[in-house]
Amino acid sequence: MYGRKVKLRFFFVFFILIILSLSIFLILKSLEENVVYFKSPTEIKILSEVNKNKIRIGGMVKENSILIEEKKLRFIVTDFKNEINVVYSGVIPNLFAEGKGVVAEGFLKDRSFFSATKILAKHDENYMPPEVKKALEEK
Amino acid sequence: MFKYFEPNKIFSITSKAPKYVLFLFIIILTVGLIEALILSPEDYKQSHSVRIMYVHVPAAWICLGIFSMITFLSVIGYVFKIRNFFLISKSLAPSGFVFSVIALVTGSIWGKPTWGTWWAWDARITSMLILSLFYFIYLIAWRIYDNDDKAFKITTIITVAGIINVPIIKYSVDWWNTLHQQASINILSKSSIHVSMLYPLLIMTAAFTLFSLLIFLMKYNTELIKIKNKGLDRL
Repeated sequence: MYGRKVKLRFFFVFFILIILSLSIFLILKSLEENVVYFKSPTEIKILSEVNKNKIRIGGMVKENSILIEEKKLRFIVTDFKNEINVVYSGVIPNLFAEGKGVVAEGFLKDRSFFSATKILAKHDENYMPPEVKKALEEK
Repeated sequence: MFKYFEPNKIFSITSKAPKYVLFLFIIILTVGLIEALILSPEDYKQSHSVRIMYVHVPAAWICLGIFSMITFLSVIGYVFKIRNFFLISKSLAPSGFVFSVIALVTGSIWGKPTWGTWWAWDARITSMLILSLFYFIYLIAWRIYDNDDKAFKITTIITVAGIINVPIIKYSVDWWNTLHQQASINILSKSSIHVSMLYPLLIMTAAFTLFSLLIFLMKYNTELIKIKNKGLDRL
């Protein structure tokens, strides 16, 4: 139906797409360790060895776990399966709160103790006015 | 059939269209901005900084949409040798590029008060930056090779390479742990954004779409005039 040239051009584009997709898939697959922005406490638990490199951990700040000592902030990051104790001193973002998401950058002392050098708040995909939030909580 | 569009006929429509589009754009943008900045409620957690969303999200949607359109048109245009499709792609690209930059900049401004950082090398943000670079390379390619077969081939390859990144941007927040939150708006399931915030978002998206259309028409008219000046009577 179509000329030979049209078919050739089609397959040219088609193969470029297939080959590039495949190579990008393989690259991302092999670099998965680095593509993830942070590790969850469970992933830290199954880590084979604790090294001295700077890493990021993330999860929820456990309810009633924030403890403010002199110039030091202690809290527990949980993914509801495992927990990590975090100690930090420095600036905290506005959205940092108990029961909310957090990403901490720093060094792992052992599998359940983390010394953070920087804290980022991770917020969820829910957006609503305060009145609606209140109404939801009363329910 | 698209080969035989007469530039004069297209031009008679596209040269009149911009003023109507501009008129509609101003009205919808005014309504959208009033909704977004004044009438819409503040967020329970982020309070007023949530208003950045009404620029950030539409800009990101549109730059993804335009890139998909450019790729589609380029591939069809390249396979079937339709010159007109390349002129359309070429004219669409600048607004796509501008919106990708707007999405990155507003995201950065939004990130500081909410996350506590201007920039994070997480999967969503990095892949968005790559899209922006693809737009840039695409525009540069048109600068270097001016409307000839070589330009068609090279820009098609650039778009085909770049389109792989589009699903990566979309699903990056689901595939990997990212600092960026998951999608709030789903076509198939219930959105996790309140209706009072959804309306301004959709109105702003309509306004930005009209803006892209306006810029597109202006660019496209220039391309048509160039063709007319060359004395070609068909595209």
